[in-house]
Amino acid sequence: MMPVLRRLGFYLGLLLFTLFAVFPIVWMVITAFKQDADLYDVANNPFLYNLPPTLKHVTFLFTGTNYSVFLWNSLFIGILVVVITLLLAVPAAYSLSRLVGHWGERSGIAIFLVYLIPPTLLFIPLYQIVTFLRAANTVWALVLVYPTITVPFCTWLLLGFFKSLPRELEEAALIDGCSRWQAFVRVALPLSLPGIATCIVFAFALSLSDYIYATVFVSSTASHTVSAGVPTELIRGDIYYWQSLMAAAAIVTIPLAVAYGLLFDRLVKGFQSDSAGSEATP
Amino acid sequence: MATLELRGIKKHYGSIHAVDGVDVVVAEGEFLAILGPSGCGKTTLMRMIAGLEMPSAGEILIGGKPVTHLPPRARNVSMVFQSYALYPNMTVARNIAFPLKTRGMPTAERDAKVAWAVGIMGIGHLLHRRPARLSGGEKQKVALARALVRDPALFIFDEPLSSLDAQVRTMARGELRQLHDRTGVTTVYVTHDQLEALGMGDRIAIMQHGRVHQLGTPQELYDDPADTFVAAFLGAPPMNMLERDGHIVGFRAEYLLPSASPAAAHDDALSLRMHISQLEFLGAEWLVYGEIENGATPQKLLAKVPPAVAATLRVGEQREFTVARSRLRHFDSTTGLRVRDERG
Amino acid sequence: MSEAEASSGVGLGDRDHLLGWLMLAPSLIYIAALVGLPFFLAIALSVTSATVGDPSIHGFVGLGNFVQVLHESAFPLALRNSVIVTLATLILTLVLATAESELLVRDFRGKRLLQILLILPWAMPVSLAAIDWLWLLDSEFSPVDWLLRHMHLLGPGSPLGPANHLYYYGKEWLGLGAIVMINVWRLLPFATIIVLAGRTSIPRDIFEQAQVDGAGFFRTLFSITLPALLPILMVASMFTALLVFGDMAVTALTTRGGPGYATQVLPYWAYLKGIDGGALSEGAAVALFMFPVLLVGAILALRMAYRTDSQGDQP
Repeated sequence: MMPVLRRLGFYLGLLLFTLFAVFPIVWMVITAFKQDADLYDVANNPFLYNLPPTLKHVTFLFTGTNYSVFLWNSLFIGILVVVITLLLAVPAAYSLSRLVGHWGERSGIAIFLVYLIPPTLLFIPLYQIVTFLRAANTVWALVLVYPTITVPFCTWLLLGFFKSLPRELEEAALIDGCSRWQAFVRVALPLSLPGIATCIVFAFALSLSDYIYATVFVSSTASHTVSAGVPTELIRGDIYYWQSLMAAAAIVTIPLAVAYGLLFDRLVKGFQSDSAGSEATP
Repeated sequence: MATLELRGIKKHYGSIHAVDGVDVVVAEGEFLAILGPSGCGKTTLMRMIAGLEMPSAGEILIGGKPVTHLPPRARNVSMVFQSYALYPNMTVARNIAFPLKTRGMPTAERDAKVAWAVGIMGIGHLLHRRPARLSGGEKQKVALARALVRDPALFIFDEPLSSLDAQVRTMARGELRQLHDRTGVTTVYVTHDQLEALGMGDRIAIMQHGRVHQLGTPQELYDDPADTFVAAFLGAPPMNMLERDGHIVGFRAEYLLPSASPAAAHDDALSLRMHISQLEFLGAEWLVYGEIENGATPQKLLAKVPPAVAATLRVGEQREFTVARSRLRHFDSTTGLRVRDERG
Repeated sequence: MSEAEASSGVGLGDRDHLLGWLMLAPSLIYIAALVGLPFFLAIALSVTSATVGDPSIHGFVGLGNFVQVLHESAFPLALRNSVIVTLATLILTLVLATAESELLVRDFRGKRLLQILLILPWAMPVSLAAIDWLWLLDSEFSPVDWLLRHMHLLGPGSPLGPANHLYYYGKEWLGLGAIVMINVWRLLPFATIIVLAGRTSIPRDIFEQAQVDGAGFFRTLFSITLPALLPILMVASMFTALLVFGDMAVTALTTRGGPGYATQVLPYWAYLKGIDGGALSEGAAVALFMFPVLLVGAILALRMAYRTDSQGDQP
């Protein structure tokens, strides 16, 4: 087994990484329940409750702001984006990995190039397109646009995944009476569920996290997402509603972290199809 | 059960001719082994029979019906893959039932069929396992059951024994042949292992460079190879070959015997003075490595002799060996083809 | 095709190529419409005088916008900062992710809980992460300053100066440093997942062989782990770099590019010009300056990934 010194180093390393990840979150959670008088006193120890904790700022989020609307919008957009992404990316990835020949084999690079065009490069013309489609200021603008980020990423991820599946399984299905489409649906698809799970998480996370499109395309409170709505509504000029801001962040983050954390090994597996190698192999 | 006819089958990938004009007729209920070194085109040929690849030219008929451009599912062929290709997300029972499900067979009938196939293969105890928890031999049986379950017109085997242990393999060879005899399904068996081809095939097609060099019974191929490739490829050890009078003369190691031994041919025999360089014990017989002077260059020869004869041989000595002329096979030295005019 | 064949029904589902293109078409059309078209629109916009008030693209000004942008004092700063922030984040993230994956590749008690804790930063939307850090490094109430003061590192007569606060977001290098920190913090879980994927697929026997050969921890790390990880590190760096280089939320919510333009980055500057300032064409021109940088980075990374990969295939 590991010698004592190495074991010590191992746990010390884990501790440091955990502290780095968690410290800002702990600070966030502590802040969320602080009374104003406690929070804004430089003399106080900022890590302790010098006055009793309060739920006032958390309740304010739901009663005094549109936070619940933002939550709902984010969830609604996230789910729709995940669905659209899967509908587009899964067949595309399968097609590229199996059906369209050499062409498809090399297309990993092309997909990567699409993914490389960041929102910040496209948001101005996209703003015009969204306006032209009369979708500006609605959640539909975001539902329409977010797959531009998620589809290339998920196609790339799934492409590696499908390539790592043995071809013989689908051929066996063809022999056993399936058409190519059925072989895809009945054999390839069930086997790529780990990859699809990874895609769901990433597509949701990417759509939730976006700030630029959410700020540029939507200005009405009723259509804001958490990402853009919280800063606009809880930062008024130079007044920051710190406790509510922290609560707003914690409420979104902690449940998602639990979900993602439980899927951690799955996510790792999603990248494990040797995506790097297979997409660059001629 | 049906016949299989291949007419002028070609498959070209750009300038590579993977299969270059194959004509074969497989009779109903026949077991045809396709044998050849890797890259000879046998796998491509098999995939075209299965419908996994479309030929560049030629026609394929199963049971007299042309199927050249039909997808695999419209051909009613069963295939056992080298890796067995069991669906990892399904249990053994569902794997076997899958070909019936895709055909929309009613559940009751399906269950009966599955039970029948499972009974034949004797894998009733495995039904609820997943493929990941099966041994190589068990996987093979499940794959066979899945191939068997739907009364195919044709069985196609793609080196199904190559991932088994040597011991299991010999057993499996016998079982496979028995299964064929029991069901009588026309079978195409692709392999690079001549023991499998010789042991199981009613006939063997030997392939190289996309062409069938010879098609015949194992005995014919062994005794009367059509060319030097077949002669050198088939048999262990391969046929001895000598350059003589502008011909190539070939003979099997077991017909090369010391002239003194009782089994040696005396009347009309070719006699060779051989320097014995090594003796190798094979169990039932001995392998004799020797060299003869053949013109300017020494030529290596192999002889297979019974233990009693071997006892009289010593490494390093010169001995007279003979082959009966009737055992000699003559080949053209430029084309490698068999020359029927056997004057010697 | 003979009659018998024709009657057996070769469906659409059997024609691989046709089916393939049909399955690909929706994505291709979607990408062409919402990435391809806007990309060319961006180029078109950048050579016109379009504004939010008059967004048409017929006032052709050639390369005028690019020249205009190049001459602004903010441009060199924004470009510099974009590159610095991206590179610094990239290096720190990769080093930390490699180290973290080296730890997480083992099994230990409570790994599940730890995975949840470690992924926390990545579960937070970028804008909220920026706000969290804005508060964490607040000019007056930062707990970091408080800790430093209590360790007598900050405050009158201490090594970090006489002031009681560091004012992270008010200074050029501290501000950039803070932006890098935030990016490293939020992207580390993601990068770790990618690196871990590569790390767990290195065959175990290589490490055992190294152990038998008497290689120590660092020897193993540098001559075995890292070379084997190279392709996946390329992938990780591509994603990380892209997510940092194209991000404006962190800057927009913390330093706002200030003081002056000292911490400005290209994406936020493009946003300020194009949307806030209403000069669509100039904003588009700024955004387009990012493309060559991205392209070069992508090609380099792909090349390296490809090269290491093809070498790896040699027996």
